[in-house]
Amino acid sequence: MGKTVAEKIFASHIIDNPSGDINVIRLDAVFCHEITTPGAINDLVARGKDKVFDPSKIKAVIDHVSPAKDSKTALQGKILRDWAKRHKIADFFDIGRNGVCHAIFPEKGFARPGYTIIMGDSHTCTHGAFCAFAAGVGTTDLEVGILKGVCAFHYPKTIKINMTGSLGKGVYAKDAILSVISMLGVNGATNRVVEFAGPVIDSMSMESRMTFCNMAVEAGATCGICYPDMTTVEYLWEFIQDEFNSKEAALEKYIEFAADPDAEYERIIDHDVSNLEPQVTFGYKPDLVKNVQEMEGEKVDQVYIGSCTNGRIEDLRIVAEVMKDNRISDSVRCIISPATPLIYQQAMEEGLMKIFMDAGACITNPTCGACLGMSNGVLAEGEVCASTTNRNFNGRMGKGGMVHLMSPATAAASAIAGRITNSRLYAAE
Amino acid sequence: MKNFNGKALFLDRSDINTDEIIPAKYLTEISKESLKAYLLEDLKLEGFDPATDLAEKSVIITRDNFGCGSSREHAPWALEANGINLVIAENFARIFKQNMFNCGMLAVELPSETIEKIFKMFADKESIVEIDLKRNAIVIKGDGQQEEFIFSISDFDRTLVDTGGWVEYADSKY
Repeated sequence: MGKTVAEKIFASHIIDNPSGDINVIRLDAVFCHEITTPGAINDLVARGKDKVFDPSKIKAVIDHVSPAKDSKTALQGKILRDWAKRHKIADFFDIGRNGVCHAIFPEKGFARPGYTIIMGDSHTCTHGAFCAFAAGVGTTDLEVGILKGVCAFHYPKTIKINMTGSLGKGVYAKDAILSVISMLGVNGATNRVVEFAGPVIDSMSMESRMTFCNMAVEAGATCGICYPDMTTVEYLWEFIQDEFNSKEAALEKYIEFAADPDAEYERIIDHDVSNLEPQVTFGYKPDLVKNVQEMEGEKVDQVYIGSCTNGRIEDLRIVAEVMKDNRISDSVRCIISPATPLIYQQAMEEGLMKIFMDAGACITNPTCGACLGMSNGVLAEGEVCASTTNRNFNGRMGKGGMVHLMSPATAAASAIAGRITNSRLYAAE
Repeated sequence: MKNFNGKALFLDRSDINTDEIIPAKYLTEISKESLKAYLLEDLKLEGFDPATDLAEKSVIITRDNFGCGSSREHAPWALEANGINLVIAENFARIFKQNMFNCGMLAVELPSETIEKIFKMFADKESIVEIDLKRNAIVIKGDGQQEEFIFSISDFDRTLVDTGGWVEYADSKY
């Protein structure tokens, strides 16, 4: 019988089976940020176990509140910074070089097909775009990962979602994943791995696949996974060219991690997105999704374009296309956060920043910022945000605020109109 | 081992998320104790007031998909800081549930019909939950009524509860 992606990855990573279907797996990478890691560091120090299993496999970034906003966040940054220095963690990204964790780590080539990755952040599932088993964990799992390079997981059951058809004009990966979450429900994939396959995924860029996998946890999934193909190899090539003689050789190796045709799934869902409209969430759960037409005209106080979901260069190019020669409504404040310094630089070189500024947007440094209501753009009570982020929970961006999740195109169009608006109005012919 | 017994707080809602359990603005805190005052501050549940409703409560009984959202272990820590080491629900989000066991806390899942029965029998009463870990039994008492429910727990999760958590276990084994 064939294997799913996660089963293949587990086969080469299981080091113990303490009970039932619980497996302890070896980790290829442990990612860290300054909000959930300091607790692990302090606990290790308190236990007299201030060690790391392998400094070359630990990657750390200060991204959630950067620059620090107060003494407490300054201390969180300092704990991570001092720890990285103490243990000679070379891949540590501080101010000037720091970006949103799930954008900067892939950009540096840290996620690879067949890898096992954990991070104290629920959107770690993003790295499944590279065919990695990448899962969010809490501080204690992170602590054990840092100390021992292992983590415990239930043996993975997999749901396969076969994305068929093709996305229409003005409809993007974000719209497609919102439709998937709407279909599965917020806990429809709890304790499951979700494999995203089919022609829609095959034709997507790595950026779009990251947008897709990023939101797998919003259906409760442990991780979302895409198969490796030439798009994956092309994206990673600058980091792997010393390992392989050719791109074809890399693909031949990586493709071993794709699911076997006769793999056994808990469920297989065919999802045809050909007639999908741009999607917008309307409540406090990411599975409450409507066609944009049903939400048109809803008031917006703030537009937020950024985050680990949609702060990549592909997203900013789409936003620029909509914003070019337009002006953001006086009734709306629009915040754009390029997710990494490289994206920021590309956006400058391509002239996107000028378009954003001419339109009246506020551009921030790369940071998680407003997405989780920690810094840079928190909402006031009763305010509404049109956002390219991944989560719309009650109070997420600030107590009493409402967040509507949508694609960068819809967010940009809404910024111009001052109300939720269909981006197709602004799409270039 | 932690204390799992005590007065029950009934939260009659599904999908109570980690932002509601502990808002992100408090993630700047590093110690567990400093989170104590902010537990369930933003919970969207009519009539709920954390200032009064949390007093002396040691067990949460709730519906479906408790703890969805963030990986922040601050959510179980905020419960622990308030002396709440046991949550009974239809089911939990994966990361939250693992975080609870990793901290030596107990996340007990019971079928939706059982949860419904518990709500009907006890939600409007002063109810006490007692747990017998040898028999995997939960006894709920309130207003002269008493009912026992059997739950299942994996050997691994039980070991984490018995040993106080994952760090000690992993460090001794790997």
